[in-house]
Amino acid sequence: MNSRAIELLVGLFMLLFLGAMLVLALRVSNLTGFGGGDSYHLVARFENIGGLQAGAGVAAGGVRVGEIDNIEYDSETFEAIVHLSMNAKFDSFPQDTSASIYTAGLLGEQYIGLEPGAEVDVLVDNDEIYQTQSALVLERLIGQVLFSRSGSD
Amino acid sequence: MINYVAGVGRYWIDFLASVGRASLFLLNTLTALPSLFRRPALLVRQLHAIGVMTLSIVLVSGLFVGMVLALQGYNILIDFGQENRTGTLVALTLVRELGPVVTGLLFAGRAGSAITAEIGLMKATEQLSGLEMMAVDPFKRIFAPRFLAGFMAMPMLAAMFSAVGACGGYLLAVVALGVDSGAYWSLMQSAVNFIYDVGNGLVKGTVFGFVITWIAIYQGAESIPTSEGVSRATTRTVVYSSLAVLGLDFLLTAIMF
Amino acid sequence: MHGDNTELVRVRDLHFSRGTKHIFRGLSVDIPRGKITTILGPSGTGKTTLLKLIGGQLRGNQGTIHVDGLNVASLKRRELYQLRKRLGMLFQSGALLTDLSVFENIAFPLREHTDLPEKLISHLVLMRLHAVGLRGVRDLSPAELSGGMARRAALARALVFDPMMIMYDEPFTGQDPISMGILIELIKTVNKALGITSLMVSHDLAESLSISDYAVIISEGLVVEAGTPEQLRSSKSEWVQQFLQGKPDGPVPFQAAAPDYETELLGSLDRSGS
Ligand SMILES: Nc1ncnc2c1ncn2[C@@H]1O[C@H](COP(=O)(O)OP(=O)(O)O)[C@@H](O)[C@H]1O
Ligand SMILES: [Mg+2]
Repeated sequence: MNSRAIELLVGLFMLLFLGAMLVLALRVSNLTGFGGGDSYHLVARFENIGGLQAGAGVAAGGVRVGEIDNIEYDSETFEAIVHLSMNAKFDSFPQDTSASIYTAGLLGEQYIGLEPGAEVDVLVDNDEIYQTQSALVLERLIGQVLFSRSGSD
Repeated sequence: MINYVAGVGRYWIDFLASVGRASLFLLNTLTALPSLFRRPALLVRQLHAIGVMTLSIVLVSGLFVGMVLALQGYNILIDFGQENRTGTLVALTLVRELGPVVTGLLFAGRAGSAITAEIGLMKATEQLSGLEMMAVDPFKRIFAPRFLAGFMAMPMLAAMFSAVGACGGYLLAVVALGVDSGAYWSLMQSAVNFIYDVGNGLVKGTVFGFVITWIAIYQGAESIPTSEGVSRATTRTVVYSSLAVLGLDFLLTAIMF
Repeated sequence: MHGDNTELVRVRDLHFSRGTKHIFRGLSVDIPRGKITTILGPSGTGKTTLLKLIGGQLRGNQGTIHVDGLNVASLKRRELYQLRKRLGMLFQSGALLTDLSVFENIAFPLREHTDLPEKLISHLVLMRLHAVGLRGVRDLSPAELSGGMARRAALARALVFDPMMIMYDEPFTGQDPISMGILIELIKTVNKALGITSLMVSHDLAESLSISDYAVIISEGLVVEAGTPEQLRSSKSEWVQQFLQGKPDGPVPFQAAAPDYETELLGSLDRSGS
């Protein structure tokens, strides 16, 4: 085979590798999805975050709009502080948007769901979401049901 | 008894000597690498012989492995109502383990054996001696380009295997079994970390490429220059590099994940 | 350069062994400048090994080899490579690179060691190809050549740097009479017309002796006899006569060393009987 054809084929090979890396970066993992300059930061405080973990998704209306950067514990207010990294494309959530922790399916991973409010002012970088609802902890739920049962008897 | 001890002793001494020889050989190959800057055409030619020629078998295998993973994963996950996570299972298995390992085994069988056979035949037909007598260093002209090409091509092939496998999983899970397309990708994305999973998979592929190519070139250069000697060396390459891939995979997984 | 020496290669008290096998045990040989010298010996005596020792590919265990005044074993890698550029070697199998065409094979040393413009390389290569009569097959691959053509192509390659000496490893083995005739002519021409010292290793007696100025017979790691072809033919040594006349039995026994046949036969009978 002549060297021109070989060069072409090797070039194609490199392109395919590049394509594979793009698939791995953008489709299989989420390297550039919400990282770097095109994101803004929000904070939310929860009484109880259940099994929520860093890297989990933030969804609004079922669409992924951001992810959880990291989670801290405030030992003065005894609350969990969750830092959200929001995709800059979605920058028009009203100030009174509320955040709740949901579970995907019965046993699935937990994520934060946003319900937009009605205010005109929107959340910007480093704002806090004040209306939050903690995770539904199954044991506690069962406990409440039993308690209310025995209370009504 | 004394004979037995002496035999064991001799075995270990021989073993040590061959480890030393292989290491020196590697050192000579590595020091010859810079000469490739002046001769990139040699590298391109070997990338073709080693990378491009292995591509088809890697892509086809990747597609099928991805589909099989999706099928098996789906059948198990559906019992828990978690069939949306089929993509997660496929991607993590591919990127962390099967991508590098299966590609490594295929690479040993397809490219490693070819390297050994080619170099062994070059030795048997006195081409290597001929180069030396023409004052051309076989390490620079023959071994270094093959080594670098194998070292580069292997992680690339592993990445392509994983990417094609993820698409194969998509075909089976989404197109054939009706898993939601958005869930397939987005759940996969939230579970797979680029640096930690994809990156470490690439590290594995690179290590495998280094070891397989080293074994292949060394076995070729050390083969007994007869048809039987070359055929044995080729077999040794495939056996040793497959074992090395599996052993190193265990080691690397224990270290990295 | 070192004109005071009449010999180009001087081997003194050379010892070399592979594993437990002693291939040379005190070999001393001189190869005169500008002549055709043939080293004769049965297969497996180490003729190829001797050429590799002279070319510095192997190192002797003891003794010295001087080529053009240089002690081969003491040369640094770079100096050795400098020396090798002045030596041509024709391997038994031709040793052409199988992934290059005939033309590229001959051009190979030029491309490796020089930055000559393409036009000049082409010119030099075609000149050598013409000299060995292979200009017409320049685009074939080595696998497409006959054995004789492959050797001629290898000769063209060995000549490409105008070496001071060419070493031929069994150039006539397995050649048909016509190829043999062509090779004999070429070797003679290379020596007489270009003045290149020729060192030939062979076991084809008639052909090699017919063109040699000087011949050395080696066996069991030592020189058995040396001299002009006439001197060898009139040698008193029984060994030399057996070798020259190709008698099946003599000082070199027909039977390889083995235990006594009778006892071995009886022994095997005993075993099968029990
Ligand atoms: N690479 C090698 N390893 C071990 N033994 C070898 C090797 N090459 C040659 N020999 C042995 O050395 C001896 C001399 O070989 P060689 O020089 O090829 O003989 P000749 O060319 O005279 O036929 C032979 O007995 C051969 O078996
Ligand atoms: Mg020989």
